[in-house]
Amino acid sequence: MQSSESTSSPGFGAVLAVLRADACDERTVAYAARLAALAGAPWHAVLVENAPMRRRGEAARLRTLELLRGAQAQGAVTTVLEGRDAAAVISAYARRHGCATAVLARERASPWWHTPFARRLARAAPGLDLVEVAAPASSPAAPAAGLAREAHADATPAPRRYLAAVGASLGTALVALPLLPLLDVANVGMLFLLTVVLVAIRLGRGPAIAATLVGFCALVLAAPRHRYDVSEFKYTVALVVMLAVGWITARLTSDLREQAQSAIGREARTRALYEFARALSVALQTEQVFEITRRFLARSFDARAAILLPDDAGRLRWPGPGADADGKAPVLSVLDMAAAQWAFDHAAPAGAGTATLPSNPYLYLPLLAPMRSRGVLAVRVPDVAALLVPERRELLDAFAALAAIALERVHYVDVAQDAVVRMEGERLRNSLLAALSHDLRTPLTGLVGLSESLTLSRPPLAAAQMELAAALRDEARRMSTLVANLLDMARIQSGGVKLNLQWQVVEETIGSALRACRWQMGARTVATRIPRGLPLVRFDATLLERVLCNLLENAGKYTPPGARVTIAARADDGQLLVSVSDDGPGLPAGREDALFEKFERGQQESSISGVGLGLAICRAIVEAHGGGMRAWNQPDAGACFEFNLPLGEPPPLPDADLEPHDTTTDKHEH
Amino acid sequence: MSIEPAAPVALIVEDEPQIRRFVRMALEGEGWQVHQSETLKRGLIDAGTRTPDLIILDLGLPDGDGLQLIRDVRGWSPVPIIVLSARIDEGDKITALDAGADDYLTKPFGIGELLARVRAALRRQHKAGGEPSARIVFGRVEVDLHKRTVQRDGQPVHLTPTEYKLLSVLLANLGRVVTAPQLLREVWGPSNADNGHYVRIYMGHLRQKLEDDPAQPRHLLTETAVGYRLQP
Repeated sequence: MQSSESTSSPGFGAVLAVLRADACDERTVAYAARLAALAGAPWHAVLVENAPMRRRGEAARLRTLELLRGAQAQGAVTTVLEGRDAAAVISAYARRHGCATAVLARERASPWWHTPFARRLARAAPGLDLVEVAAPASSPAAPAAGLAREAHADATPAPRRYLAAVGASLGTALVALPLLPLLDVANVGMLFLLTVVLVAIRLGRGPAIAATLVGFCALVLAAPRHRYDVSEFKYTVALVVMLAVGWITARLTSDLREQAQSAIGREARTRALYEFARALSVALQTEQVFEITRRFLARSFDARAAILLPDDAGRLRWPGPGADADGKAPVLSVLDMAAAQWAFDHAAPAGAGTATLPSNPYLYLPLLAPMRSRGVLAVRVPDVAALLVPERRELLDAFAALAAIALERVHYVDVAQDAVVRMEGERLRNSLLAALSHDLRTPLTGLVGLSESLTLSRPPLAAAQMELAAALRDEARRMSTLVANLLDMARIQSGGVKLNLQWQVVEETIGSALRACRWQMGARTVATRIPRGLPLVRFDATLLERVLCNLLENAGKYTPPGARVTIAARADDGQLLVSVSDDGPGLPAGREDALFEKFERGQQESSISGVGLGLAICRAIVEAHGGGMRAWNQPDAGACFEFNLPLGEPPPLPDADLEPHDTTTDKHEH
Repeated sequence: MSIEPAAPVALIVEDEPQIRRFVRMALEGEGWQVHQSETLKRGLIDAGTRTPDLIILDLGLPDGDGLQLIRDVRGWSPVPIIVLSARIDEGDKITALDAGADDYLTKPFGIGELLARVRAALRRQHKAGGEPSARIVFGRVEVDLHKRTVQRDGQPVHLTPTEYKLLSVLLANLGRVVTAPQLLREVWGPSNADNGHYVRIYMGHLRQKLEDDPAQPRHLLTETAVGYRLQP
């Protein structure tokens, strides 16, 4: 009947543990887990729920569900399936999930008319390997008997239902038996059957069988007084048929009733989910999601609930006061918050009804959305045992998932709105800066050009006027540098600057900076010390030229004519270091760092123009490149400003007609 | 007022009167006859009717983009066009140069710079008409385009083929800015448009070989974020 005992070829697919509320199921789960681990395969544990299963009673069912959760803890995918024909349902599940091996407990000796489940499963799924796990060798019967007893005790119905059933049957007897002489026994039997059907529908299977037996007895007792002697055989047949039909009807009807009830339950759960989803779909704010979740959990579970959201650091925040309209706001203690935090951090449920902190009155469900955990749903139900029932837990999980998705959607609505606002702000800022830039530069261009025209005018100006015109021109140029600095600072400070990063040759940028501010250096000599073979560095050439210009201009401003200014560059420890030093009076001691603050100047009130913006913008630009900037006084004389830029992985060089670099240091002066 | 017929004609398209004024003064001082347009619309008309020998064009005009005028004029005339632009608009400069502008000036600019650019543009135009010179001298460097040799202080300088090609493109545009994308296209081919560092590396090589101080070049000049210029 079963194939391959032990490990035949489990490596080809998943392992399926089939739980059937049997005593051996613990061993089934353990065996399946071991098998799956050996084969390195995933494994599933399924429980089929149907009428026969339910008849075993609630206690047995809870025990099986406990097993299922145990399996889940060991890494199994667990499911509760519904279906009249357990073998067919499991075979379909195995096919769908690629299960190659099914593990199930060996059944106790069953009566000859009962096909063992393993054989039925083998018939339904010919391709599935079956492994039957034997009952424990020590005391095979004991647990089974215990369970059977328990199941039986559990199934003991309320005596009132049996009384009602017996009463109904006796009532039927009172009405029908006097009619016996008038009607055929088969017809009277039909009256009893009618009663049995009604009892089965209203009161269930046990009472229906009781009603059948009572009716049967009544007819047997009533028979001899009338025509028992006339056609004894006919009467007997009718009675037996009635008994059989009553029995079968009772079973069928009660099965149908249970299925209907379970369908109603499913329908109610589906409706609850549907209504919850519909209510959430219109929520646009986090508070609305909170409110809707609270309302539906109260309605569906009679539960008190709260949603805990994390702050930016991932710590859950205390729920706000007045969480519930009727003042039933859940009060969470410090311990509860720790449990909630655990659930959030591990993205796993904690608290009541779980393996983690089960004594906690709350159940904490992480709100897992597609992108990340959005928070924790804390639920407190009046009856913790209800959380163990899989339908309830599944419903609760589905609620949590819906709330999580709603929270994520709300989050992205916020993100989108923020982005729109930021884009608007950026556009406004950029157009403002562009307008400012144009409006400030245009008159400056006129000033520079017109003052220069004065110096070139014919006939030439007298010496004094010529000097004035040249001063006008130089001041206008200085003003234009200031404006450029101001605008750059505004752009960088507002975060609106987009670096045009390119792999640059340092020497080239130093050269163009020197050319750009040659006029500001006046009668100072500038020397460069740039070793050949410096690696390419990635930076925004325009901005770095501004840094160098500002440093040179600074040197030009604070050193006497005839001073020496040196620009040096070197690569060291993954950094490019560029320094601008001079042999002037140096920096005010102890204020080297303060120089880089906006509007800071070395000499508080001096005749030298400038608002001290230059160094602040240098530092801002260098830091935007991921570098840093420092200043110090040199041991002998003068100030030194140095900045570093990180060296990256330079791009590949062009084809091969490169010549070998030599690393001698060039020293040039002019 | 009668001017000698040889007086060249310049057109200034600029909305700012003070800038127009000093540019006009500078050009008139050099013997130019100057026309002025305040708007793009007027500029387009004047460019057609005045047949100028030089156009000085502000890119940011109140009634439109100066680029439009460059493209329009380039449809029928090789007249030199010098563009005026603000510092932050490097992209605009490259676009204008690639559209056919000859050179650009960054505001604020001095009169010396302006006149130097004007002279260079005119020199190039005159040369374009006549026989191209086989020998070009800048600084202490002499290039013979026929023999494909380069000498510095009379001593031969060895250039790799790529270096020579780069130098010859710059020589063909002597005094004029050549955008980095254009250099890449002409020296390395259109598939290397993203390898801007090629140009920088090879310009570095040329400076090492041809300049007295490669860090403070006098001839192989960088126009930051725009391109390069070989200044004779």
